[in-house]
Amino acid sequence: MRDYTGNIIETIQMINEEKLDIRTITMGISLLDCIDSDGEKARKKIYDKIIHYAKDLVKIGDEIAGEYGIPIINKRISVTPISLIAGASDDTDYVAYAKTLDEAAKAVGVNFIGGYSALVQKGFTKGDRILIDSIPEALTVTDRVCSSVNVGSTRSGINMNAVKRMGEIIKETAEKTADRDSIGCAKLVVFANAVEDNPFMAGAFHGVGEEEVVINVGVSGPGVVNKALRDLKEATFDEISEAIKKSAFKITRAGQLVANEAAKRLNVPFGIVDLSLAPTPEIGDSVARIIESMGIGTCGGYGTTAALALLNDAVKKGGIMASSHVGGLSGAFIPVSEDEGMIAAVQSGALNLEKLEAMTCVCSVGLDMIAIPGNVSAAVISGMIADEAAIGVINHKTTAVRIIPVQGKDVGEMVNFGGLLGYAPVMRVNQTDNSAFIARGGRIPAPVHSFKN
Amino acid sequence: MKTIITVIGQDKVGIIANVSRILADEKINISDISQTILQDYFTMTMLTEMPEQCYSIGDLQTKLNALGEEMGLEIRVQHEAIFDAMHRI
Repeated sequence: MRDYTGNIIETIQMINEEKLDIRTITMGISLLDCIDSDGEKARKKIYDKIIHYAKDLVKIGDEIAGEYGIPIINKRISVTPISLIAGASDDTDYVAYAKTLDEAAKAVGVNFIGGYSALVQKGFTKGDRILIDSIPEALTVTDRVCSSVNVGSTRSGINMNAVKRMGEIIKETAEKTADRDSIGCAKLVVFANAVEDNPFMAGAFHGVGEEEVVINVGVSGPGVVNKALRDLKEATFDEISEAIKKSAFKITRAGQLVANEAAKRLNVPFGIVDLSLAPTPEIGDSVARIIESMGIGTCGGYGTTAALALLNDAVKKGGIMASSHVGGLSGAFIPVSEDEGMIAAVQSGALNLEKLEAMTCVCSVGLDMIAIPGNVSAAVISGMIADEAAIGVINHKTTAVRIIPVQGKDVGEMVNFGGLLGYAPVMRVNQTDNSAFIARGGRIPAPVHSFKN
Repeated sequence: MKTIITVIGQDKVGIIANVSRILADEKINISDISQTILQDYFTMTMLTEMPEQCYSIGDLQTKLNALGEEMGLEIRVQHEAIFDAMHRI
């Protein structure tokens, strides 16, 4: 017992002081058997199926959190991309599907429901077009629905028609939710190389290769990693990497335990653990501060990309052995508004969009939760999406854009999205005219997979 | 079911006695116990065995939390599995 006491106290400190938590238990539910040519019937089947499987999700999540003494911050649901389900109906507008998802999410008490999505990396189906056109309205009239669109992949290249359209959709969503600091855009992600088992929002959806129902768990814990590094004042990078791996291992083991337990109690198969370092706006829960603990004065200074690359890789190495199945996005997230250190770095002038773009080459996702001036054009936003998609497609990684053109606000003004979504200063954007580039349309071909330089 | 009870706070008379009394009343066996001073705080950890099915961690948490509040201590009851998972391969 005496030998073990140190471990027990370490775990309690991780939870209490270093904000170790399970970020989310996400139940993936296939809606393929809800397809119906009558939209109303399809929506009834969707609602009933979600309620049937997820009715105890929140209760069981809370029970596990209580028994193991580890907070489980969110319970969420991901569903089959709605463009696939609604596309079979004769409906010409899918907002009603979003409302059904929202109602089901509220009925079972989950925080978010993801899957108001379309996968258009190569082209649009009828359902994809209708869904994308309805995103602004869907995100305005619902509270918990999250939307994502995949516009590119390493296998199929980049659908530049979709890139162009998504710039316009983000602008429209921002305008429609202008009265709430354009918050609709915080629930909308544009992906390249989207993954099918991601438990994190706003990009979660239940891929068609997944089973009927599944439990995926997303862990967190930047504070735990940061504490380990702060104790290593003059350590070499070799030692830093080892320390991160050990912390990631422990964090992921906690996630695996919770995932197994949730799967057992809900009588649903376990899917994956996503071993992401997901920050929150709270002090002590920041990825930027880990980078600073490695010796960079403020996140964004030169060396930041290398530090993030080391961090991202070591997290994966440590976590992979700790879980039977790793999946999702797995790495370090760098959302701006959700990370207290990133917010401070932007305010100090050390971190700008150009550096963030470079960081997305080595982080687990992309340009995330970044507030930009409301007057930035749709074409400029499409250009950002195209650049991010190119980074992902060429480098075989997931990239994404979740930016918020905050209506009526300009560079330096603060925006508060509330809760886990956090707060952020509006960032400067290079507004060079690129409209002729974006207007071209067509597809950027898939990259060659050899001759890597 | 094995649980770990941790008590952290200012050292004072009767901590072990009071915690043990509650456990005895609830017919929960203490299999191991250790106490130490960590960073100026009295820290006690107990490994207990609860009769399966007939008792929930939640009920014990409620009783021990009440004692914790009364004595100015932080008392936690957690399933042992969380510590095993994180620290033992």
